[in-house]
Amino acid sequence: MDAIKTVDLTKKYKDLTAVDGLNLTVRQGELLSLLGVNGAGKTTTIKMLTGLTRPTSGDAFLNGKSILTDTAAVKAMIAVSPQETAVAPNLTVRENLELMAGVHGFQKPEARDKATDLTGRFGLGTVANKRAGKLSGGWQRRLSIAMALIGGPQILFLDEPTLGLDVLARSELWEMIRALRGSMTVILTTHYMEEAEALSGRVAIMRSGRLLTAGTPQEIKRQAGTDKFDEAFVRIVKEAAQ
Amino acid sequence: MKVLAFSKRNDLEVLRDPLNLIFGVGFPIVLLLLLTAIQRNIPVPMFAIDHLAPGIAVFGLSFMTLFSATLIAKDRGSAFLQRLYTTPLTAADFILGYLLPVLPIAVAQSAICCGAAVLLGLKVTVHLVSAVLFTIPTALLFVSLGLLCGSIFTDKQVGGICGALLTNLTAWLSGIWFDLGMVGGAFQKIANLLPFVHAVELERAVLRGDYAGVFPHIWWVTGYAAAVTAIAVFAFLRQMKRQ
Repeated sequence: MDAIKTVDLTKKYKDLTAVDGLNLTVRQGELLSLLGVNGAGKTTTIKMLTGLTRPTSGDAFLNGKSILTDTAAVKAMIAVSPQETAVAPNLTVRENLELMAGVHGFQKPEARDKATDLTGRFGLGTVANKRAGKLSGGWQRRLSIAMALIGGPQILFLDEPTLGLDVLARSELWEMIRALRGSMTVILTTHYMEEAEALSGRVAIMRSGRLLTAGTPQEIKRQAGTDKFDEAFVRIVKEAAQ
Repeated sequence: MKVLAFSKRNDLEVLRDPLNLIFGVGFPIVLLLLLTAIQRNIPVPMFAIDHLAPGIAVFGLSFMTLFSATLIAKDRGSAFLQRLYTTPLTAADFILGYLLPVLPIAVAQSAICCGAAVLLGLKVTVHLVSAVLFTIPTALLFVSLGLLCGSIFTDKQVGGICGALLTNLTAWLSGIWFDLGMVGGAFQKIANLLPFVHAVELERAVLRGDYAGVFPHIWWVTGYAAAVTAIAVFAFLRQMKRQ
């Protein structure tokens, strides 16, 4: 079964069509990067897939469950790490993790165990008792992804996970995201071409709400006739604009 | 379990903000001390501790609106609430999670206020416990106002509207600092149409053991609390849908 299958997924805001008849399939365990310039429709697509926005028309199926009719089942299988840092600032790192375990219905002892496990996996041990609001951007992003994982999602959405981070923090997060490959389906949006190329099994490029192409980074480069991924992206987007 | 986890988080967010402790507990106690000192030098019946303490307790509760609204507005402004909207939490979980944790804080604040009043000379009677319990409808009114304002305004707007406007309205139109009858006219009529003076009169009646005297004030307070809660739930659900 496909992890995600969108069928003519469309979102319109008055005169603006943010996503226009999107048909995209993502296989289970795949890490797919959604690329596009600002206003391409990436965030709106993620908002629809995660139940934050209702499509104007079309539907999407997450592990066979419709985002329109099986919202509760969809919410139980997904997790999101939003673009902005989404942590409770006055709670410690450990408390943030336990909160997310709690809202996913885990009892206290299990929530505690899960928090301990993720604290270890994400190297958050040294800051576990620090308030999240006092952490640097890199640590907050790390925590944000760990919070997304605590419910054991089958599909994880990472919206610009390394935006604004320094090179070192970014490379550390890349390692963590790489480690997730195969264990769950990951949809990642990013503006960094090298990030998409380094992490993704497949890449989907959007422009003005439409899907331009989808394939492995190699296929995309071949399609654009270049061996540089960022150049391939620019060529495909510019070609579509003409 | 889910709603408890969310409630606990909201509790911690409110209690760990030092400004909340300063305004919620410190400010009402400072007012009690100050006005009691004035009363000792220039005796005014209005500031007698058994008359003043219920008023200060109600005034202190008005800060619950600020705490609750700031928390919700900040959550809405950040991506935190959006993240939670993608979890299995339901709309009812969110509303209860925001309303419930502030109520015990409000009751504790009233108890602290009564405790401080006892230290300043208020007689210890069983009516003190009743007075604390009878603050619950007023607390619900102010906490629901917080849910309403937090669902409509940004955290910056909330500071002005709940922190300045509402606390001033509560102060001026509640008969805590002066007898509303001395002003009379439209001012008194407006004050009587609002719940603040009724909340204070309700507390004063309970504290002196005059349980028949809680009427009709309790109807005004519970009526306002029910109406504001209903409007707040509607406003929260509307913003949830919009997000």
